[in-house]
Amino acid sequence: MFAVLIDQFWSLTIAGIALGFIYVLVSLGYTMVYGVLRMINFANSEIFMWGTFGAVISNRDLFNYTQTSEPATGFKLLVVLFTGLLISMFVAALTAVFVEFVAYRRLRMRGTNRLATLISAIGVSIALAEVMRLLTDSRPVGSPRVLEKIILTDVWGANIRLDTVITIIAAAVIYFILERFIKLSRMGKAIRAVSQNEDAAKLMGVNLNRVITVTFLIGGLATGAAGFFYITVFEFTKFNVGFTMGLAAFTAAVLGGIGNIRGAFWGGLSLGLLEVYASAVLGTQWKAVTVFVVLVLVLLFKPNGLFGEAVQQTRA
Amino acid sequence: MKIRNYWNLRDFGAKIWEKSNRFQRVVIALVAIFLVGLLPFAGNGILATPISAYDAVLVYPVAIFVLMALGLNIVVGKSGMLDLGYVAFFAIGAYTMALMGTLTGVNTWEIMPFGIAFAMIAGVLLGLPTLRVRGDYLAIVTLGFGEIVRLVVLNSTWSKGPNGIANIPLPPSIGPLEFDLFNQKVFFWVTMIMILLTIWMIRRLSVRRPGRAWEAIRQDEDAAELMGIPTLKYKIWSFTLGAAIGGAAGVLYASKNLYIAPEMFTLNVSVLILACVVLGGIGNIWGVVVGATIIGYLPERIRFISDARLLVFGIVLVIVMNFRPDGLLPRKKREKAIVKKGVNK
Repeated sequence: MFAVLIDQFWSLTIAGIALGFIYVLVSLGYTMVYGVLRMINFANSEIFMWGTFGAVISNRDLFNYTQTSEPATGFKLLVVLFTGLLISMFVAALTAVFVEFVAYRRLRMRGTNRLATLISAIGVSIALAEVMRLLTDSRPVGSPRVLEKIILTDVWGANIRLDTVITIIAAAVIYFILERFIKLSRMGKAIRAVSQNEDAAKLMGVNLNRVITVTFLIGGLATGAAGFFYITVFEFTKFNVGFTMGLAAFTAAVLGGIGNIRGAFWGGLSLGLLEVYASAVLGTQWKAVTVFVVLVLVLLFKPNGLFGEAVQQTRA
Repeated sequence: MKIRNYWNLRDFGAKIWEKSNRFQRVVIALVAIFLVGLLPFAGNGILATPISAYDAVLVYPVAIFVLMALGLNIVVGKSGMLDLGYVAFFAIGAYTMALMGTLTGVNTWEIMPFGIAFAMIAGVLLGLPTLRVRGDYLAIVTLGFGEIVRLVVLNSTWSKGPNGIANIPLPPSIGPLEFDLFNQKVFFWVTMIMILLTIWMIRRLSVRRPGRAWEAIRQDEDAAELMGIPTLKYKIWSFTLGAAIGGAAGVLYASKNLYIAPEMFTLNVSVLILACVVLGGIGNIWGVVVGATIIGYLPERIRFISDARLLVFGIVLVIVMNFRPDGLLPRKKREKAIVKKGVNK
């Protein structure tokens, strides 16, 4: 049972870290919105899905790669990857701002019950997924390979591939930039102020509407970047690809302590590793069950997440 | 002002009800039940569903959605706990029916208590540890539970995994009324009776101690606890009752559909049922009935725009929630919790 785990420990670990970093970026989308609104952004999975399509469009339509064409190398590779990343982030951020505007803004202004907002977000989420389903005819869309998956080195019997390395490094850099932005910039300070105490922040002259829009924007940027890395590693997408990813990333956010940016980082990484190890030990079909069982246990014994600070108890 | 009173259907109906005496109330109720019972015969006119069989649509989704939404309403509407894994109880009921129906010779009505009991046991087992956490966390734990049930069923051999279970027996006929796959009127009437029983039960409960306790818990749990209400006990009761109704709906569904598979019990069902409750009006029985009818029926009715019907559904949800955030038929104002900003934080 554990033989596979021990045999392939290091390659599993590397795969887990790469997956974990994708989770980190998507759960940033959940955690940021939860921080300021105290609400689950149900449409984040769809924001992710639109982000993956942004990457496909860049690779396939903008740079005219096909399934048979040669992967890019050298400087061109950098250009292609960077453009794809930017387009994914742009598409996802646009979707996120749209979601905020359509589903959240009016209800927030009226200060109505939270369930109404939740259902409205679910509605937007269904609509976004359906639009993409109609556009793609319910078919999976493959992305042409722009990045050759060269094996760089061998570490303790584990192959280290170029796409995993790029994913890990770039995702870490993006996470770091966003985290610094929230820690240091004026806007970041405003976001943190709102998440601590909305009324006090308003009294101090924080423009609440702008803060919330920017929060969705940043969450969208992170989620979109995750979409791009997802395409780089898995090379296909579908209209419902966001569902599993959203569920897992949300679990990661809760695991780390939702509303807490560091929590998203540790939660995402631990979930990525956990998922990969669990599928090695128990078989792939049980990995989601393991993840949920762990989540339930964490919530029971440490309801604020593994690394979370005490979050105020909120009610539905 | 006057016009608004008529436009407000809930108060209009309530006024008629309050003005009438006991005899008139019985007459109104009987006429209403009779008219609803005639619904399966109204399939030729404007109500017809273009592609699916009309009487089948009336049973599932419409009637079973109403039943499940009423059950979920006890949890979400009456006691204010957000449950996103309601489909789990539906699945437990359905699989109880499927396994017992195919492996033993017991019929649907004898399995029904087992389905309800298993769902209730699951409700207690899930409720005991999780009802201590509140709000969004509860939503996620229940969501996780719903997914766990589906994945366990999908990956186990006793449930035949993704192939599902076929050849589930139909219920035995009640007197002259025979259950038939191609003519599902009897199913509709049976479900309707279960809905009426559920409504009766909820109405009795909500004016008695449990109902008042739930109301207090929903408005302010800490205050309720301080007033001496054993909140955990009542929360588990509410959860378990909701589970029981979900289980009953599951038994009925499996026996009607003759075939079940794990893909019928996805998170989508939980979300749809929650949407029924919120769209209709959280906590108001009639609102929930209306909401569930719309959500069950609308996608089938607009099948002529077949491909885009879910898209339209999503847009409708957003629009309704933005313009009537308390639902189409909201509960009365005096029952509403204080939702002004800052109070509940």
